[in-house]
Amino acid sequence: MGYFYPSSRIKRQIVKAEFTEQALLKGLANNDSKAIEALYKDNFNMVQAFILNNNGSYDDARDIFQEAMIALYEKAKSDSFVLTSKINTYVYSICRRLWLKRLQQIGRYSNQIDGFEETVAVEEDIEIHEKRNAEFAIMDRALNSLGEPCKSLLEGYYVKKMDMQQLSKEFGYTNADNAKNQKYKCLIRLKKLFFAQYNIGE
Amino acid sequence: MEDILLLQAIERYLDGTMLPAEKAYFEELRKNTPEIDQMVVEHNMFLHQMDIYSDQRNIKHALHEMHSRLIERGDINEGGELSTKGRVIQLYNKYKKVTAIAASVGGVIALVISGLTLYLSPASNNQIQELKREVEVVKRNQQYQGAKLKEVDSKLPKDAILTGGGSGFLIDAKGYIITNAHVLKGSSFANVINNDHDEFKAKIIYRDEVRDLAILKIDDEDFTALKSLPYGFRKSDLDLGEEVFTLGYPRNDITYNKGDLSAKTGFNGDSTRWQLEMNANPGNSGGPVLDKNGEVIGVLSTREKQAEGVAFAIKSKNIFKLIDEVKDTDTSVQKIKIVSHSSIKGMDRSNQIKQMENCVFLVQAFNKK
Repeated sequence: MGYFYPSSRIKRQIVKAEFTEQALLKGLANNDSKAIEALYKDNFNMVQAFILNNNGSYDDARDIFQEAMIALYEKAKSDSFVLTSKINTYVYSICRRLWLKRLQQIGRYSNQIDGFEETVAVEEDIEIHEKRNAEFAIMDRALNSLGEPCKSLLEGYYVKKMDMQQLSKEFGYTNADNAKNQKYKCLIRLKKLFFAQYNIGE
Repeated sequence: MEDILLLQAIERYLDGTMLPAEKAYFEELRKNTPEIDQMVVEHNMFLHQMDIYSDQRNIKHALHEMHSRLIERGDINEGGELSTKGRVIQLYNKYKKVTAIAASVGGVIALVISGLTLYLSPASNNQIQELKREVEVVKRNQQYQGAKLKEVDSKLPKDAILTGGGSGFLIDAKGYIITNAHVLKGSSFANVINNDHDEFKAKIIYRDEVRDLAILKIDDEDFTALKSLPYGFRKSDLDLGEEVFTLGYPRNDITYNKGDLSAKTGFNGDSTRWQLEMNANPGNSGGPVLDKNGEVIGVLSTREKQAEGVAFAIKSKNIFKLIDEVKDTDTSVQKIKIVSHSSIKGMDRSNQIKQMENCVFLVQAFNKK
């Protein structure tokens, strides 16, 4: 019941990937849209086919693939990153593992998971990724429970990387110093909220 | 302020914007003050988390954008070119919500139809009994009532014939009374008598046979509107086992009965009614059912014939709905305001009853000869 690509196509992909893999990962680590596009084009269809053939929907395919891309992004960003396999093998392995887990969670696990590619061990990476996800959720919750203008002010500074001058203009503070003061007040509240959750999670 | 200055210093120290002299001083401070040292470590950790957080958000955003762009360009697609199995699963996933909604709508319609059939078919009359007073009983009692009426002459026109009776209660202090439609069946006017045996003429201003509710308006010079009603009307759902009580006129004197909520639906799953574990008698129809706080939860209407002590009350929700629906067309109903606040909350039962007993009426329905 598997879904198979013509083998010629897989080969072509691997050759192309080998040639640019390091560059692609570097690009991904820098959030470069060309690299993301190339990675998306090279890997998405394979993952989508796998998910669809194993009880998943288009939405599931997108979620799982993007999860895997984020895991790859985290790996590419870390200093200790060594590429031990082809990117598409790695992405497929992550997706396969994540999807199996998801199926188990919703109780639709069947022993017969169809797939066509070789896999590498990704358990450790998935564990790290899941921990990151949990931390992300904690920060997200903390930030969202701050209320305005604290939330937008801190997002502006830390996520959108705007400077205090821009922020004071955007939020209508009379000068950058006042905005900065406000930012610190908000930051103290955010830290409190974050650590309250974070320490429970540990 | 102290905290902010310290935090500012820590941030500058961590991002390396401190001047060398300042930095040396700060490092000395760290060494000698464990609290500050701890704060620096903590803040460093926090900033690290924040970095990861913002990176993740940015990459998530970038991935979403890329996904939409590639779909637009047709580089990836979310439909077509799939194995049959994939498509079937797709169709299932795509339409399972719709299917579920359709199924539940179907279920609801089936329930409504069965409810209606039950309501309209004669078979149900064999199993539930309306609690209106039978004419004979009312008539027999009428003489007794007549003796006790304060008015020397009954306010009824000479040619009136009694068609039925039951209970009713004020829903608005201005003199609007709610009762069951079946209490007024075949009648064209009514009078209401309170527990002090004051008799008032009343107009039937609205009947809803389906909901089995009717609204009367006291139309009598002798009636003075109350300032406010002692009880309120409950909008929230009830829990099984909640204690409830009712007041009504199965006899010519007001009668108290108490019981418990035993099911959230009425006879055969009728969701417009409560099922009560309560002894109710003919004449209780149209009486209020209240919870322990003195909030009206429904209008007592029927009982099950084949079971002892099982009564049904029309949920108070239906009163709100009824009034909302007729407000647009009927100007007399527009004036009705239903309050949810109960001023007898927290009182003991006998005081609650004292406060409200003159808001509950014996309803007598008449027709002209």
